[in-house]
Amino acid sequence: MNEMARLQKRRLALYGWMLAAPALALMSLFAFYPAIATFWHSLFTRGTSRRPSVFAGFENYGDLFADPTFWTVATNNLIYAGVTIPVSIIFALVMALLANAHIPARSFVRSAYFTPTILPMIAAANLWLFFYTPDLGVIDQITGLFGASPTNWLGQPETALASVIIVTIWKEAGFFMIFYLAALQTIPPDLREAARIEGAGRWTYTRRVLLPLLMPTTIFVFVNAMINSVKLIDHLFILTKGGPNNASKLILYWIWEMAFAYFDSPHAAAMTILVLLALGLVAVAQFRLVEKRTHYR
Amino acid sequence: MKTDTITANTTLKLPDLDKVLDALGAWVLAIVWISPLLFAAWAALQPSGTALGLDFSNPLTFENFVYVWGAVPWGGYFTNTVVLVTLILAGQLVLCTLAGFAFARFEFKGRDTVFILVLLQLFILPEVLIVENYAIVSKLGLFDTALGIGLPYMASAFGIFLLRQAFKSVPIELEEAARIEGCSWMGVLWKVYVPAAKPVYLAYALVSIATHWNNFLWPLIVTNSPETRPLTVGLSLFGAPETGVDISVISAATIMTIAPLLMAFLIFQRQFIQAFLRAGIR
Repeated sequence: MNEMARLQKRRLALYGWMLAAPALALMSLFAFYPAIATFWHSLFTRGTSRRPSVFAGFENYGDLFADPTFWTVATNNLIYAGVTIPVSIIFALVMALLANAHIPARSFVRSAYFTPTILPMIAAANLWLFFYTPDLGVIDQITGLFGASPTNWLGQPETALASVIIVTIWKEAGFFMIFYLAALQTIPPDLREAARIEGAGRWTYTRRVLLPLLMPTTIFVFVNAMINSVKLIDHLFILTKGGPNNASKLILYWIWEMAFAYFDSPHAAAMTILVLLALGLVAVAQFRLVEKRTHYR
Repeated sequence: MKTDTITANTTLKLPDLDKVLDALGAWVLAIVWISPLLFAAWAALQPSGTALGLDFSNPLTFENFVYVWGAVPWGGYFTNTVVLVTLILAGQLVLCTLAGFAFARFEFKGRDTVFILVLLQLFILPEVLIVENYAIVSKLGLFDTALGIGLPYMASAFGIFLLRQAFKSVPIELEEAARIEGCSWMGVLWKVYVPAAKPVYLAYALVSIATHWNNFLWPLIVTNSPETRPLTVGLSLFGAPETGVDISVISAATIMTIAPLLMAFLIFQRQFIQAFLRAGIR
């Protein structure tokens, strides 16, 4: 009997492995193995037909740190993340609160907020080109009415990154709104009644009741926004190509450029490893946060 | 007569200020938010080269669409994107269902460790590993094929995670009942778990379709011929400076790229948002 139970258990374990195997195999092929291979390749010099690549230790990393472009790009990405994450979360929250209130034409309002989300970033960038075209673009035509002189929004270092950031926020806020909308639906309406009876105003209710209850959603959205701040670069291909003078270049675009425009894959590999390390830190921090939350409950 | 006026008065009571401000704020933000899209729709219908003049007296014309359709193999791009999105979704549904089932209902040694590895993949973005993945896809001989674009996305950690959660919330009694009826494991999965996770499947499918319809960087790297290029890559080449940046023409191309997804969204808008809300992705 005991023997049979053990056999049965082993059969189930085998079955479990078999079910998971196809996914695990693909994942190893396109995530785990490439991550390790990238690290390995980042330790070698760039090979040419005359000079084959040789082991170089952490030289590529040293080169990166010595390259002023690295610091520009890293700073750009930090600014990009530092602005897009909080601003799109705040917009998302405001949108969710507005789109959840009983207002006329509510479904129009919801779609209007959400529609940018379903557009390809490439298409979104095309739409924004009109707004940014100097002199003839919509923004300059509007500011021109007030007597402002035309601005080359995408072509000057001072405004290029900001222009890219605005497109990202426009694209992302509606997506995050959906998660807040979903969370708002789970909040029982009697809480609002209770708060009203206690004499709490709208603002107090939002700050003391809603925001704490939405905290898990905010963490989820925050982590997603953080991942996206590395991932979302498609609009750079249309709007600025990272320019002018690297002013709007983000890390992933730089990796693409190094690898596929300058064919310098060892430095691209080293840069990739740095990004993976940063994302790994985010992952650890997130698991910690989630654990804390579950303890708290 | 008198009672009538009283009821009329109560229903005509002024809406309170908060609500009016809410509605006003919501509408203004909504109009600002879709204005780029509205402007593009209008510009696409303007005679070529005149859109930036913002002259609203010009007659509307479809010539930009005709021009764009003739200028590049647009029909081919559409077909490629549809094939690609279908292929990826099919692969994801099969692989993630099996793996999600394994992680939710089977006990095996090392399961929890492997599951953490799967979760880690959420952070090891395929987008970041482009250089190495490009080498692998080339080695497999899949360069410039739909499978080459799709394969790295099929074992989606997000899908496995979502389905595992959904399967875990299915009461075990349902499964036991089916087992007593003589159902095999595959039968249980197909007859009990998959139907129970329907809203999750729907929401996941929507996210997957939208993501891969819109994906750009990876397809740009893995394709180099019009026969495999998806819409997004076609569109980006179309807007290249060599063709001359004509806003009306680019608008028409952009509208054509987003039209199918946009129309599907506008028709199913309600179900679309409901699917998200119901699946409880949060």
